Amino acid sequence: MTNRIYLFTRFERFWHWTQAALIIFMAVTGFEIRTLYHLFGFEQAVFLHTFAAWGLIGLWVFAVFWHATTGEWKQYIPTMDQIVLIMRYYSVDIFSDAPHPYQKTRMKKHNPLQRLVYLSLWVFIYPAIWVSGILYLFYQDWQAWGIAAYLNLEVIGIIHASSGFLIITFLIGHVYLVTTGRTTFIHIKAMITGWEDVDHTGRESD
Amino acid sequence: MIYIIAEHGLYTYRIINIYDGWGVMAIIMNLGCKITKKSIWIAVLFLAIQMAVPFAQVAAKSHEVSGEQLESSPPESSKILSADHSSFDVLNKDFASGLELTKACLSCHNQSAKQVHTSPHWEWSGLNSKTGQTVGKKNVLNGLLMTISSNEPYCTLCHISNKWTEDTFDNKAEEQVDCLACHDTTGTYALKKMHQLRAKCSACHVDFDKSKARDVVRKPDLTKLAKLVGKSSVQTCGSCHFFSDGGDGVKHGDLDSSLFSATKEVDIHMAKDGEGYDCTTCHKTEKHKMQGSRYMPASKDIRGMDVVGGSRATCESCHGIEPHPETVNDKLNDHVARIACQTCHIPALARGGVPTKTYWDWSTAGRLNDEGKAIIEKDGQDRVTYSSQRGSSQWEENVVPDYIWFNGRIEHLTLTDTIDPSGVVQLNSFAGSSDDPESRIWPVKVLRGKQPFDSENMTLVTAHLFGKEGDAYWKAYNWEESIDTGMKAAGLEFSGKVGFVETEMRIPINHMIAPAKDSLQCESCHSKNGRLADVPGVHMPGRGANPIIDYLGIFLILFSLAGVIGHATLRVVLRHRNNRKA
Repeated sequence: MTNRIYLFTRFERFWHWTQAALIIFMAVTGFEIRTLYHLFGFEQAVFLHTFAAWGLIGLWVFAVFWHATTGEWKQYIPTMDQIVLIMRYYSVDIFSDAPHPYQKTRMKKHNPLQRLVYLSLWVFIYPAIWVSGILYLFYQDWQAWGIAAYLNLEVIGIIHASSGFLIITFLIGHVYLVTTGRTTFIHIKAMITGWEDVDHTGRESD
Repeated sequence: MIYIIAEHGLYTYRIINIYDGWGVMAIIMNLGCKITKKSIWIAVLFLAIQMAVPFAQVAAKSHEVSGEQLESSPPESSKILSADHSSFDVLNKDFASGLELTKACLSCHNQSAKQVHTSPHWEWSGLNSKTGQTVGKKNVLNGLLMTISSNEPYCTLCHISNKWTEDTFDNKAEEQVDCLACHDTTGTYALKKMHQLRAKCSACHVDFDKSKARDVVRKPDLTKLAKLVGKSSVQTCGSCHFFSDGGDGVKHGDLDSSLFSATKEVDIHMAKDGEGYDCTTCHKTEKHKMQGSRYMPASKDIRGMDVVGGSRATCESCHGIEPHPETVNDKLNDHVARIACQTCHIPALARGGVPTKTYWDWSTAGRLNDEGKAIIEKDGQDRVTYSSQRGSSQWEENVVPDYIWFNGRIEHLTLTDTIDPSGVVQLNSFAGSSDDPESRIWPVKVLRGKQPFDSENMTLVTAHLFGKEGDAYWKAYNWEESIDTGMKAAGLEFSGKVGFVETEMRIPINHMIAPAKDSLQCESCHSKNGRLADVPGVHMPGRGANPIIDYLGIFLILFSLAGVIGHATLRVVLRHRNNRKA
């Protein structure tokens, strides 16, 4: 027997897919700026990358506001509870078609592993990439801001590019893991419609 | 109500003033509180005023320029300024010599000679206040014709005096100033430089006097020229500055005869169908002293536009310090702090069809043919690649300059400095680095070559090149004797032992600004192996810095892709097996 639970609100879905599009677009333009390939041309790539950056920052402002006011931020509180079980599932049990050990509910929709990964994105990687990005963009104002003595553009560049590579690495894992549900597209469908089918215990697998 | 609306309008105006590009948004937000027809109109009015100001400034400027254009063109009655020189009695007589003419000029312009006498154009010597060195043609040494000492009769063809070529030259005498050198408007006066200007011989050598066995040389009609005097022009300035060191385009690469009738592509400012400027539009001149100096370039001009003072011979004094249209991240204007305008806007040197010398090897000079006569060899493009008098040369057009950090300080090597002949001797050194806020990345022309040095005293030398006697190199091709004479004239010691040493000399690039469409593009530098690939101390996105990050990043991505694919494969295979077991 299956239940449907409303996992992702309209804003959440909008935020998720817009962010996905912007991140992929910024990766494409960003790595071109690092001259890993030629696509738009340097000038256009810089323009588009910067333009998208402002969009993404705006989106994040809304997302942070949304998380803070709705209490959804609690979904990211880390927990070690069940973490071994989850890791065992993805490294062993998944191959024998065992059910997913985690039971989703509306207010606990992320399993402990997801919590950890998403939280580190929010706490480490995103701040690293947008702080370094803004510093990169406003290099000219370092002097006026009184921070020129403490910073090195070379290092900022390294942090920015490294964070970019880490986000793409996350993206690969993320895209793969969403296809490991009961059916390949069940999670993606949930991210589009908001509704996910779970069994009576809240487990996703049947 | 009107008061409130007016306040709205003013407030909007102030907002626009501060946040330029955000102006439209500011209007919307500002008026959002109370939109009335009147308040919109007032805001639009202020916006219009705001936008009209730059247009008015541009219009005023172009008017000023076209005024100067008129003044500098060859005189027609409609183009005479406040005085018509042809109507002055003092000029309406035959002048026996230039000295006579100058006396006539000075009878009205009684301060001019005094002003000229203290100008670099006259003194050819001056203190570089940035380095403390005494510079000027009289004092510096280069890799071309070396120095002027002992070669005055040749080199001073370009001095704005009547008779420096003679020993009796009195450089304090006011009548020695050659007014026509700069104020001839006919373009025909530069007679004494005709050899350099590559004129046809018959232009001056009109006949041959058999009785004296000598050419009859036509002299300029001073009376006619005196009546037509006017402002200096590209012709008068160029007759010397485009031919530095003995020929068209030889020295600078950004100054050559193509500027006499420049196309827009060669020089957007000087082209007649462009801005139509002459030299003094930028090198603003007051009391016979010009703005701008090759010895003390303004590496970075943060004063910006100067409406009152006019051009300081810097780009910024007309274009300001934020010259580009503002963009979303305004990176182009940010470049101004570290990149000289010239770097992007002079994409190459010698773009007008006149090649510039990039290599001058004196060590091969002196080779004569079987009859003991001097040789001249040319390449397929009529460029002199070898001459007995000057050795081997290389010429280039569309030369990509070198790029260096430069803070405006240039130190020149002198004839008394000890050199190390095992390496390449730098004839001048440009100070600057990325750490120095005064420094910007500048384009320079580099002239390489070999030139003679005293292999015992380890100093560079000068040689007596020009002359009719046996100690002139261009007469007898004897380095020891010509250097001995040259060094004596300079008051310096010479051991008598001559060697040749590799030298390099840099010249800052300022002219031949290209149209915007031809300026460098981002990728000219922001790319691997771009133009600034070798400039140290600067992080440039796209230059391929820290490739290790890219390798690690790509490895990480490939590794996670492999992990994902491996995991997926295992899942499919193992589930399939489980299903079969079941």
